[in-house]
Amino acid sequence: MTVETFAKEFDFKVLSLPSPEKEVTGAYVGDLLSWVMGRANSGDVWITIMSNVNIAAVATLADTACILLAEGVVLDDEVLSVAKNKGINVLSSEKSAYSIAKMISDTV
Amino acid sequence: MSDKLVFRFDVQGDDFTSAGQASVQVKKNLRQLGFDTDTIKRVSIAMYEGEINMVIHAGGGIAEVSVCEEYIEIVLEDKGPGIADIDKAMQAGYSTAPDSIRSLGFGAGMGLPNMKKNSDSMEITSEVGVGTRIVMRVNI
Repeated sequence: MTVETFAKEFDFKVLSLPSPEKEVTGAYVGDLLSWVMGRANSGDVWITIMSNVNIAAVATLADTACILLAEGVVLDDEVLSVAKNKGINVLSSEKSAYSIAKMISDTV
Repeated sequence: MSDKLVFRFDVQGDDFTSAGQASVQVKKNLRQLGFDTDTIKRVSIAMYEGEINMVIHAGGGIAEVSVCEEYIEIVLEDKGPGIADIDKAMQAGYSTAPDSIRSLGFGAGMGLPNMKKNSDSMEITSEVGVGTRIVMRVNI
């Protein structure tokens, strides 16, 4: 399914959705950027609590479908504008990474 | 083929807001040149890790990406402190990054292993107090 449908289906908050048609094909949970770069697959929903500007580059290079911020983590305006400019989808949720993973596991 | 295509970037040290820009640009350029997604991903990840290393450890440096007939070559050169023990630095999980860097999500000790994993060959030459030069090739 597309990121747009995915966000609606699970009622995630949309922070940035410049590429709504991107297909969600899997998920990866992690905060250490090199691990994410090395292990996340293209099309993954990347669940993280990391919110600094470097997540934009990592999401671009790893070609993830979207970043999904767990635990109610917020993005500052600068990171948000970088994400929007680079075509990176960012969603958020108040739930923990574990709860999110559990919730989406049958779908993704 | 003599007329290879070369992209050259100055990587600024201690600038985490623009770190990764060179790699993202390379990804764009390779996509425009029509390379397959796997090759593009390997080159851009290998380069990003190298770029971040130069930002964290070396006060920046130069990154050069050459598109040759049979491979894409990434050369990273810095005038940083050098790597005292390359074998140790290559070990997954080994890192000398300070806590301030770790809090940004770096310093997991996976940079060099990721660079090796994503390239077909990697050569490191380094001298303590002088600098480090890394040449990686990704076969096309």
